[in-house]
This record gives sequence, structure tokens and C-alpha cells, in this order.
Amino acid sequence: MKMLFKTTGLLLLMTALSFPVYADIEEVNVYSARKEQLIKPLLTDFTQLTGIKVNLITSKADALLKRLESEGMNSPADILITTDAGRLYRAKKAGVLQPSLNDTMKKLVPEHLRDADGYWVGLTTRSRMIVYAKDRVKPSELSTYEDLASPKWKKRICVRSSNNIYNQSLVASMIAHRGEKATETWVNGLVNNMARKPKGGDRDQIKAVAAGQCDIALVNTYYLGQMLNSNDPKQVEAAQQVAVFWPNQSDRGAHINVSGIAVTKAAKNRENAIKLIEYLLSKDAQTWYAKTNNEYPVIADAPWSDTLKNWGDFHSDGLNLTELGNLNTQAIRIMDRAGWR
Amino acid sequence: MIHLLKQRINRWSILTTVIALLLTIPLWVLVSFVFEPTNDNWAHLSNTLLPEYIINSLWLMLGVTIGTLLLGIPCAWVISQYQFFGKSVLHWALLLPMAMPAYIIAYTYTGLLEFEGPVQTALRTIFETQTVNLWFPEIRSLGGAILMFSLVLYPYVYLLARTSFANQSQSVMHASRTLGAGPYKTFFKVALPIARPAIIAGLTLALMETLADFGTVQHFGVATFTTGIYRTWTGFGDTTTAAQLSILLLVFVIVLMAIEFWSRKQARYFTGHNQPLNHALPTLTGRKSALAFMICLVPILFGFILPALQLLNWSITVADTQLNAEFFTLVWNSFSLAFITALITISIALLLLYVKRIQHNPLIDNTVRIAGLGYAIPGTIIAVAVIIPFAWFDNTLDGWAREHLGISTGLLLSGTLFALVFAYCFRFLSVALQSIGSGLAQIKPSMDESAKTLGANNWVILKRIHIPLLSSSLITAFILVFVEVLKELPTTLILRPFNFNTLSVRTYEMAADERLADAGLPALLIVITGLIPVIILSKMIGKRHA
Repeated sequence: MKMLFKTTGLLLLMTALSFPVYADIEEVNVYSARKEQLIKPLLTDFTQLTGIKVNLITSKADALLKRLESEGMNSPADILITTDAGRLYRAKKAGVLQPSLNDTMKKLVPEHLRDADGYWVGLTTRSRMIVYAKDRVKPSELSTYEDLASPKWKKRICVRSSNNIYNQSLVASMIAHRGEKATETWVNGLVNNMARKPKGGDRDQIKAVAAGQCDIALVNTYYLGQMLNSNDPKQVEAAQQVAVFWPNQSDRGAHINVSGIAVTKAAKNRENAIKLIEYLLSKDAQTWYAKTNNEYPVIADAPWSDTLKNWGDFHSDGLNLTELGNLNTQAIRIMDRAGWR
Repeated sequence: MIHLLKQRINRWSILTTVIALLLTIPLWVLVSFVFEPTNDNWAHLSNTLLPEYIINSLWLMLGVTIGTLLLGIPCAWVISQYQFFGKSVLHWALLLPMAMPAYIIAYTYTGLLEFEGPVQTALRTIFETQTVNLWFPEIRSLGGAILMFSLVLYPYVYLLARTSFANQSQSVMHASRTLGAGPYKTFFKVALPIARPAIIAGLTLALMETLADFGTVQHFGVATFTTGIYRTWTGFGDTTTAAQLSILLLVFVIVLMAIEFWSRKQARYFTGHNQPLNHALPTLTGRKSALAFMICLVPILFGFILPALQLLNWSITVADTQLNAEFFTLVWNSFSLAFITALITISIALLLLYVKRIQHNPLIDNTVRIAGLGYAIPGTIIAVAVIIPFAWFDNTLDGWAREHLGISTGLLLSGTLFALVFAYCFRFLSVALQSIGSGLAQIKPSMDESAKTLGANNWVILKRIHIPLLSSSLITAFILVFVEVLKELPTTLILRPFNFNTLSVRTYEMAADERLADAGLPALLIVITGLIPVIILSKMIGKRHA
């Protein structure tokens, strides 16, 4: 029993010691919705280059946003990183961000991949593309997202749940281009064409195409990229049975989204925060994203990975991504009504 | 003397109420949202998805009830009543599935049973067919979800039922046998009714956890009530409706608990001496021993061995992540958090329950009941309900200090481990209350009265009588809370301080990135870290009963 008390005392002490202590060292505090494994290596590199210490919390975007809102001007966070434009839009609207883009950043990153008022900038882009079974579908049969609602695809499409932000954004982009009514008809058609109830993640949809449960699937680019470069021969094998199709090449282009970054309104280390953004837009960091996770760089002179090169260049939707956040609620309601679970 | 005693009791009850009120702050924050005007998301939900959410949740609860009872009670019975081959290992190994987060076991079974998984590949080889038409049950379904929850949650029923069966005095069983009842009749007519409060307590925990889950049902494409709560918050960015839905879920849980309470007609079950008489347990041999062995092996096999092998296979063959020094930090963080939280939580639970016992005050009874509701609220919502009041407190204090003292206190509580441990205590108090409460319920009040007649005060009674008699219930509560914290995800993910990572967060970040292989190693480490106290403490319980 004494042992128990001693251990407890020790543990409590350790806890007390691990409470955050703010010392006068150069640092920057990051709230990130990008998973640790997809941001930490770059932050470590940044610290080595600049001597600025980076403190990191990774979590879900909505939770980080709630934390920022509640903490107000006392929030320790300087930077918010999300994996979709919609959440950045929401953060801007909630008044927890401040403008931070300078002219260099604006020159580096195309206009539709950043906020018009300079509140946030995209770090990487990813497309929601169509993958198809090489042996059962001819690329000539495929054309646009709109076409996925046509009866010829009945019981042939796999796509994950509508809880997923990338599906929500895709539907939001459809509303922006085609209007709410046409989008509702389209979502109804798409739901009718689903081969099974939505389940699993994007990789599961690719596996389902490989296994013959469906013929085409809607997935994010980097998931297929990760599977093709996996250590697991079964994943590679499944990924090799599908091919990439870029939809809407003759009109608006394939739907894209960004992972993005912004400086918080409460930022106490604003200069360091801007340095971090500049670093993440540097050629080295951008190349790392392409190589490690098969995401598309947002700057022109960062080289692509071999996987990305193989899929070829494509025409992407130039819709300002702010619109995706703006239309998110409408998108979800349409999906709910159409029975996209 | 009597006057002094009264004073003490009053102080105790005030203390209890204050502790319960402070601890349930997140609940009151949620309740405050009920008074906000509803918006059109309500109409949208009830017109589209709410009926489906409710129906799925009800089926899930029914299925998990049947599943956990079928898996948990037979094991608890044979372990507590007989000696048989392998029992010394089985009696703690039956707890192992508890350390497996539900969404992780869901991933492993998906991996095992999917088209390119080992099972279907083997079947295709056996039948020499490449066709996809080979029918195979879909694990990612409502049935699959029921199975997954049953496999990881039956230990609650097992553990509480086992403690109850073992604490039932053998004399009652012997009387039953002597009166001519066979083992089956003894089980159904005597042991089961006496153990009912304990079994219900275990079942309540299992169902509350099922209701609060999001990860598993999301992966399996089963939309439940909690899916609705999440969707409202993350999709519409609507905290108000999400909080209102959570309260609705709580009301449902309260109604269920009330129905159970009244159906028991307030009957109470005590047994003579709580120390089991030292009768040697009957030893099973031959086929009966094999049967008992199998009954206990099945849940372990499917709830632990198979999924753990799949995790091991992933971590060895395909994972990028190697076991390195960083993992020791993760293990240490997870372990110390779980340890501290478990100690604090069982202390609070013991205090609340004890005051409830000596007070016979309906106000205290209800306070304790309310304090135990945290477990039915989804972790994400609890986290939000902690962020809001803590940030408010910090900012108000900061504003005051700036105005009157000219200094800034900044954020004192927000973003600290204190906030995290606080949230855990609220969330898992129910776990401790249920297991300690069911133990306390078996101690006859006449014992307290005898001790009082002999001049002992409440503190002495607690220290000298209740705590020793309760030791196995306390240990059980410790194990349960410890393991819960170890695998807890949403609250940890949302409330943790800067640069603080745990095993469950690492597991989640890999799994959410659909890198299941890399999630294998941290998931295994959760199980192994959970194993240590389970084994040590089970040995302690075992020794007491030996």
C-alpha cells in the first residue's frame, strides 16, 4: 500500500511537471488537423533550419476550431492547419483567424487555392477522382461526375459515407456549378447506382473495385498513391487492378480540395507563424508532400512523385475553394434527403 | 457523541454534493443548451435520418445485450464455481478483449474477412474458384457491429458477475443443493437472481459504451444516434443541436435505468457472510472439464487471440513504423494518465457511494445517479462540454486579474492535463460507481449497525469493514477505469496539451489515415500495457479467494 502511495506521488509530480511552461524561447504553437505523421517531420526540419521550437497538437478540425473559439484571445495557438478548405472557411467566419498572406505567398500559390482576403493558403491539393476496374470498364465509357448518375452505372459504383468531408465538398462543388436542384437529382441518381451501402474508407472502395464488388469508385488521389507504394503486396496488387480517370476534362475540370494553413487571431508569435508558412510553401517541404504522401504541391517548381507523374497532368476545377465551405450545409442536407448514408 | 456524528454526516453530505456538482459541470453545460432555441437542423434531422438512427441504435442495444450476456455469464459461472484445466490462466485472460478498442477489433475483422483477406482467400483456394459470387457474410453490417461490441464489452458482464458469484456465500448454494436443486436450478433460481444487480451493472456499462461509440459504427456503415450527434456537429457546425441530441440520448438512458430499477421492485440482495466459506470448489474432469475450458476459450479466441494475431501480423510484415524509443514515451504517457485517473476516479466513487449508504437521503441518491451519467455521452461531446466552461473560467479570471491586479493569468486550466483527467473522471465515474456499488450492495447494513453499536464511527467502519470487504470490487473498478482510459480516444484527442501523445491517439492517427498496418503496433501496445494491471490485480483477487 505504501508503495502505491509513493508511486502515486511520483506520478502526480510528473504530471505537474508536464504542464505547459511558457519560457522566453522562440517558438510557434500549432493546432493541426493533419495527422502527426503527415506534419511532424516537416516541423522538425523547420526547427533545425530556424531554431524556432514548434509545439504541436493534432486533433480533429472541428475540435480545434471549438478550442480556438472558446479560448478566445488567450488561445496559445498561432497556427491552424486543416485538411480541407471548408473548415478554414468556417474558422474565418468564426473570427478566429487573421490575414497573413504576403506578396511572396500570393505569387507562389494560384489564386483559387487561397483565401481572397489573405486569411489562409493551401499547402497541398488532392483531387477526388474516378478509379475504374481495368478489365471491366473502358475509359471511353467514362466522362464526367454528372454522368455517374446515369442508369448505365446501376449497382456499379462504390463510394464511402457522406460523413466524409471530401464527399461533402464534391457535392458542394456540384451545387456551385449546377445549382441546388440539379445537384439533388444528381445525388439521387448516384445513390441509386451504388453497388453497396457506403462503408469503410477510400482504400476500401479501391479494394472493392479490385475484388469485383463494383466497377468504379470515387476516391482521393493520395489513397491510391499510398496503396501503390505500400509494403503490403496485397494492397499493391489491388491498386494495380484499377486505373485513374480524370473527370470533366472538357469542361470545368476534376474536383480538388486543399489542406491549408492560417494564422490565428490570437497569435502571439505572428512572425514565427509566417516563417512557418513560408517554410511549408518552400520547394523542399512541397517536394516532401509529393514524395511521402502523393499529394500535389501548390507551387509550380516542386517536382512530383513518380506515381503522380504516371497519372499525368490534369485539368482541375478552378472554383474558389471558399465556396465549398459556404455550401457545405446544403450539400449534407441534399445527401441526407437522397439517402447517401 | 450523537450530535458530533450528525455534524460529521452533514459535512460529508455537503462535500459529496459539491464534488458531484463540480464533476458534472460538463453535464450542466450540455443541459444549458437545451434552453437555447432549436434551429431548422432539428426539422431536417427528424424528416430524414432520425428514425433510422433510433432504430439502428435500438437493434444494436438489443444485440449487444444478448451477446454480452451469452459470452459473459457462462464464463463467470464456471470460473467462480469449478476447478478445471486452464482456469488459472483463463480467469484473467477473459479480461483481455477489454483492452482492445472497439474500432480496432472492427478493423482487424474487416482485414480478416474481406475479399482479399486470409479467410476468403483460403475458401477460394479450397473451392478452386475465382468467382466473386462466393457468398460470404458481410462483417461491415449491423450484425457485424453487434458482434464486435459483444466481443470487447462482455468482460464488463463477466467481471462483475464473477465477483458477485464468487462473493455469494457458498452456504446459500449448499442449501440449494441440499434441498435437492440440481446445478442448473441452483444457477437459475439462486445464483442468477442474487447476481442480478451486478450483471445489470455490467450490462449497463456495455450498453452505455455501445451507445456512445462512433468509430466502429462509422466504419461499418451503420448510422446510429451518435452518428447523428457527430454529423450535426462536424457537418453543420451546430453545437447546439448536437448538445440537445446528447441530452436526448441521456434521457433515454435514464428512462431505461429507471425501468430496470422499478422492475427489481427495490428488492435488495444480501448474502450471509460476504467472505466465501473455504469450501474447495468441485473439480471438473474429462468431458465436463473440456466443456468448461471451451466455454471460456471462445470469447478469448475471438475477442483477443485472432485480432491480436492480425495486429501482430500487420506490425511485423507490412508496417512502416518500427518499435523505437518514441514508443516508450507513448506507453509512459498512456500508463501514467490511466493510473492517476483510475485512482482518483475510484476514490471519488467510493466517497459518493459511501455517503449515499450512510445518508439514506433521496437527494444524495439522485446526485450519485446523475454523477454516473457521463459514460453514456459520446467522448467528443464531453470534451466540448469541458472546453467551454474551462475556457470561460480561465478568460473570466484573466479579465478580472487584468482589471484589478494589472496582470494576465492567461489560460490556467484549458489545455492542461488537469482538464483531460477531469474529463476522464466525469466520463468513467460510472464505471467505478457500477462496480463498487454492486459490491457495496452485497454488504448487509446490519454489519454497519453492529459496528456502530460497538462504538465505531463511519470512518472506522469504512476503513475496517467496507474497504476490506470491498477490496475485490475496488480492484475490479481500478482495472476497468485503467483500461478504459488507456484506450479512450475522442476526449484525449481533443483535450490533450501541446506535444503530448498517447498510444490511443497514435493508433487512431494511423487508422484514420487508413494505414491499418501502422496502427497495429500502437494498438498491440495498448493491449500489452492494459495486460499488466489485469494480471497483477487478478492474481490479487485470486489469492484472496484461494
